Amino acid sequence: MPIQILMPALSPTMTEGKLAKWAKKEGDKVASGDVLCEIETDKATMEVEAVDEGILGRILVPDGTENVAVNSPIALLLAEGEDASALDAAAAPGEAAAPPAAAAAPASTPAPKELPVAAPPPVEEYTGPTAKMTVREALRDAMAEEMRRDQEVILLGEEVAQYQGAYKVSQGLLDEFGDKRVIDTPITEMGFAGLGVGAAMLGMKPIVEFMTFNFAMQAIDQILNSAAKTLYMAGGKLGAPIVFRGPNGAAARVAAQHSQCYASWYAHCPGLKVVAPWSGADAKGLMKSAIRDPNPVIVLENEIMYGQHFEVPTDPEFLIPIGRAKIERPGKDVTITAFSRMVGVALEAAKQLEAEGIDAEVINLRSLRPLDVDAIVTSVKKTNRIVSVEEGWPVAGMGSEIAAMMMEEAFDWLDAPVVRVCGADVPMPYAANLEKLAIPQPETVVQAAKSVCYR
Amino acid sequence: MPAEAAAKGGSEPQTHPEGKPDAEELLKLYREMLLIRRFEEKAGQLYGMGLIAGFCHLYIGQEAVVTGLQACAKDQDSVITTYRDHGHMLAKGMDPKGVMAELTGRIGGYSRGKGGSMHMFSVEKRFFGGHGIVGASVPLGTGLAFAHKYRGDGGLNFCYFGDGAANQGQVYEAFNMASLWKLPIIYVIENNRYAMGTSLQRASATTELYRRGEAFGIPGMPVDGMDVLAVKKAGEEVTAYVREGNGPYVMELNTYRYRGHSMSDPAKYRSKEEVASYRKEHDPIDGLRSYMEQHGIGDEASFKAIDKEIKEIVNEAAEFAQTSPEPDPSELWTDVLIEA
Ligand SMILES: Cc1ncc(C[n+]2csc(CCOP(=O)(O)OP(=O)(O)O)c2C)c(N)n1
Ligand SMILES: [Mg+2]
Repeated sequence: MPIQILMPALSPTMTEGKLAKWAKKEGDKVASGDVLCEIETDKATMEVEAVDEGILGRILVPDGTENVAVNSPIALLLAEGEDASALDAAAAPGEAAAPPAAAAAPASTPAPKELPVAAPPPVEEYTGPTAKMTVREALRDAMAEEMRRDQEVILLGEEVAQYQGAYKVSQGLLDEFGDKRVIDTPITEMGFAGLGVGAAMLGMKPIVEFMTFNFAMQAIDQILNSAAKTLYMAGGKLGAPIVFRGPNGAAARVAAQHSQCYASWYAHCPGLKVVAPWSGADAKGLMKSAIRDPNPVIVLENEIMYGQHFEVPTDPEFLIPIGRAKIERPGKDVTITAFSRMVGVALEAAKQLEAEGIDAEVINLRSLRPLDVDAIVTSVKKTNRIVSVEEGWPVAGMGSEIAAMMMEEAFDWLDAPVVRVCGADVPMPYAANLEKLAIPQPETVVQAAKSVCYR
Repeated sequence: MPAEAAAKGGSEPQTHPEGKPDAEELLKLYREMLLIRRFEEKAGQLYGMGLIAGFCHLYIGQEAVVTGLQACAKDQDSVITTYRDHGHMLAKGMDPKGVMAELTGRIGGYSRGKGGSMHMFSVEKRFFGGHGIVGASVPLGTGLAFAHKYRGDGGLNFCYFGDGAANQGQVYEAFNMASLWKLPIIYVIENNRYAMGTSLQRASATTELYRRGEAFGIPGMPVDGMDVLAVKKAGEEVTAYVREGNGPYVMELNTYRYRGHSMSDPAKYRSKEEVASYRKEHDPIDGLRSYMEQHGIGDEASFKAIDKEIKEIVNEAAEFAQTSPEPDPSELWTDVLIEA
């Protein structure tokens, strides 16, 4: 059989090109590496070299032909001693290798169903011992317990050791674990985030603290391109079990460069898991799960929550599964989803709504990637109305995703359009009055909930 | 100047201009440093009263750095710095009222209350911020220098950053370009020996920061940043070098901040004695004053008069910062983009 020479793709995006000129004629001897012809695309002119040896038996696409599709046959090559009569059979139409249908993919590739067909088992209620502590202490205990459990867990970041954490989250860890495992870094986020990923590649389980997530932007390349994508790029052979944690979201009066919610930024990215605890139990259970998880996990804490007190489980095996939401307050009239500090705002709003005769169900999302769509849908099937609350900006935010999921998964149960309550679509202002206007308040949530109840 | 001498410093200015000191000039330097000192003390007070919030990084102790260098600057020169920016703005001739009102988040502030302590700008005075992300202002300053050269405006950029910032990767990306393209920029590393709670020694493999440009062919010089005359003298040399088109220069200004990193820092990472010794033995304002007294420049009465004048300026600024109204709620939505 003669060998078909196909129109090559000269760039990843090339779909067709012009066959400018043949350098060989029919009957010429061809050695591998010989220039066969010249091809022009809109970007460049390239020479096509022969891969196989033989005699150029027949040119199928003459000089100057435009719009030659990639992968269509342009010539036939006869092997040493092969007869020219073989050419006709090979050139017959229909036998040509069909170019892969480039644009054949449907407009929207259906996403693999992440939801199990049957509702997952409910998250077990913890009934063990608890102690009252701050979110800050809960996070510290979570890290300490996991560091006791696994020698490979280390903590590194700016001011985490001697200063005990810029926000005192790592209080006492240096004393207990020493400077080999609790490490002060220079102010070099990109460097130490990358270093953490490298160490994780060799089997360590680093916890990388960003003093705040605002500074993780210096390192976001390492988080996405190195941590999140490696497992996939390595065909599952190499991953990065690493935790990136620190305060996220609006802090108080620190203006635009220090006050921003990155939830939807990270939730956007396959290869990451993203959690955003609200309560002390959330903080502890999610942090422990994050450390044990074999994947890169982003833990979005909140500075304003650090000092708040909660009852927190003390059993060292207490874990909260990543990917599961929690109903903080059951209700039947309207679903309110929130995460991190906004859960408290939503609960406060629910209280105010109760006074007006509206029974709100508040869902603490806990995990933003994967998002517990099932829990939200189940709730909406009951309430038929939903408001999403977040501190972040509205455009392409978590609320946008929730609204889209409700269209896809709960459309027939909705009695009102989904409403998003978000941070104002502006950089965070410094002035006290403007800052308050920029962040969702319980009153904003109440209004939104009333509007979906048409009240 | 040898590194050692610079590092030691002293309340006695070690370097003084040849010949008879220029009384007028010394008084001006004194006055400027005192304005920064008193302004910052007032800001600290207002913070304590809850009128200023968030992060507020005071410049107390470091006044000689910006004052001495600014004395070598021309109007067309630009300045960029970090969040520890109040002193730089005052030295650049920005209005203390506008700075203080920004600290209190009022409409009369340089950023109309939207930027706060760390983010103020004055195109007119060629002050380009006020930046909160450690290291990020260094490429920005390099870009300002690029524009100075491109437009041939004769200006150079003073790019101030801290000892901690000197470890950020983008600093070195900027150094390389600045040297490659011979940009008119002075990288002023304000080495106050700590980055928050981390001492230079604990964060930097090499601590002679003035040598950080060597790999890129950028010369450097350590300077006693507690001695305004030493700073000015070094500044004159370096600005001349840069203005001649020789490209960038790294100056390491050895200095000290008296207060915590920001208002919420208890500063337990250093001893009281260390702070006290700087205040007592190396204070830039006391040092200049005793130098002037030795040379018979200014008497008790003239220093008193300066004190009084500065106090009035600062009080007026504080008054303005409290009476200027909060921005109108509609301001929340403005200034995101320019209408086009
Ligand atoms: C990229 C980044 N990381 C961390 C921080 C938090 N932070 C603010 S100031 C600072 C210390 C900087 O020290 P230095 O550069 O020495 O300047 P100084 O405060 O001493 O003037 C840190 C870590 C930040 N603002 N930006
Ligand atoms: Mg410093």
